[in-house]
Amino acid sequence: MELVNIFIKSAFIENLALAYFLGMCSYLAVSKTVKTAFGLGLAVIFVLGITMPINWLIYNVLLSDTGIFGTDLTFLRLILFIAVIASMVQLVEMVIEKFSPSLYNSLGIFLPLITVNCAILGGSLFMVSKEYNFSESVAFGLGGGFGWFLAIIAIAAIREKIKYSAVPPALRGLGMAFLLTGLMGLAFMSLMGIDPAAF
Amino acid sequence: MADVKVAEKKSTIGFGKAERKLLTDPLDSNNPITVQVLGICSALAVTTGLKNATVMAIAVVAVCAFANLITSLLRNSIPKAVRMIVQLVIIAALVTIVELTLKAVAFDSYKQLSVFIGLIITNCIVMGRLEAFAMANTPYRSLLDGIGNGIGYGIILLAVAFIREFFGKGEIYGFKIIGVGSDYALDTASIGWLSWYSNNGLMVLFPSAMFVIGVLIWIHRGWINKDLVDVS
Repeated sequence: MELVNIFIKSAFIENLALAYFLGMCSYLAVSKTVKTAFGLGLAVIFVLGITMPINWLIYNVLLSDTGIFGTDLTFLRLILFIAVIASMVQLVEMVIEKFSPSLYNSLGIFLPLITVNCAILGGSLFMVSKEYNFSESVAFGLGGGFGWFLAIIAIAAIREKIKYSAVPPALRGLGMAFLLTGLMGLAFMSLMGIDPAAF
Repeated sequence: MADVKVAEKKSTIGFGKAERKLLTDPLDSNNPITVQVLGICSALAVTTGLKNATVMAIAVVAVCAFANLITSLLRNSIPKAVRMIVQLVIIAALVTIVELTLKAVAFDSYKQLSVFIGLIITNCIVMGRLEAFAMANTPYRSLLDGIGNGIGYGIILLAVAFIREFFGKGEIYGFKIIGVGSDYALDTASIGWLSWYSNNGLMVLFPSAMFVIGVLIWIHRGWINKDLVDVS
């Protein structure tokens, strides 16, 4: 039950995209159509779900002062986390290419982009600062990825519709995407303070 | 290798028109935030106050400049297949240095910026410039490009932070300027015609940064540089 709470909390209440505004670059750049947004969203869920437990193990087994080295090496966490993310993305890319070429073709170009999606690294850093245990960090990774997926689908759908509206020329495209995201963020703020344990 | 050397000979260390363009382009027509859409996440999170925004801007200028310089120095010996990882390790090492420096000299800011210092690694400005510029240009030009882009990012950051801090808290750099209460320089409660004014709490919240940047883009494209209007 605790895990479900964390999943719901990270997906809706502490949505990585709309409450913390992480992963905004790819969020704004790849949300022009729902189809591409869907592909990127799936890839983010996947990579967050994989890297989170690995980074948890690295942090708690190798780096923390209760780990196997017995000294506090946490200052190395940035380098190790990003190396894990970059190599996992590379690995995932190769595995998908080998076993499911159709999925690879739909995700293909988005996978390398994910390395620099700050939602992934941000997720790992939040996991450290929130002191989750192993299974909680898995739930947090999947929930965070799912929340990001929902957010990018939502904005892509709105942007597809708004193409047919009379937006002032200078605001068309990027400017409007910013304002929309702000409004969506406001909407998501109303979820803050909900206690998932109450359900 | 021969053609690379020829290209390098042309750009000696000097400061001509081309070099100036490297520094000034990112401020306007190629701004990292409002045109290239890079590095948005940190721009939103750290702009509630000018103080944090200044620290962040300086950190990004430093990381961007040195990452560009180092990558450019190594560019001929980085294998194409692993270049992402090499670039990330360079950036991560620099960010770790910045993080530890901040922890030592500006602990308050370090605490408030928390994960966002670490997130400079994935700040796409740094990565984007390495990929687009430093991998193909000489160290000196890359250094200038890094500084230019860092400053272009910093300017937007400071503009957003100024608007959010002034209208949200009535403060500039933590000095209380306008608001309800006797500790503000301009106490709106005691001035009859201004008594309607109080600070706008929305400006302190995350979404307001989106609105502020959105409006900045609107102003930038509508009045300052009309070539940038999205015609699609």
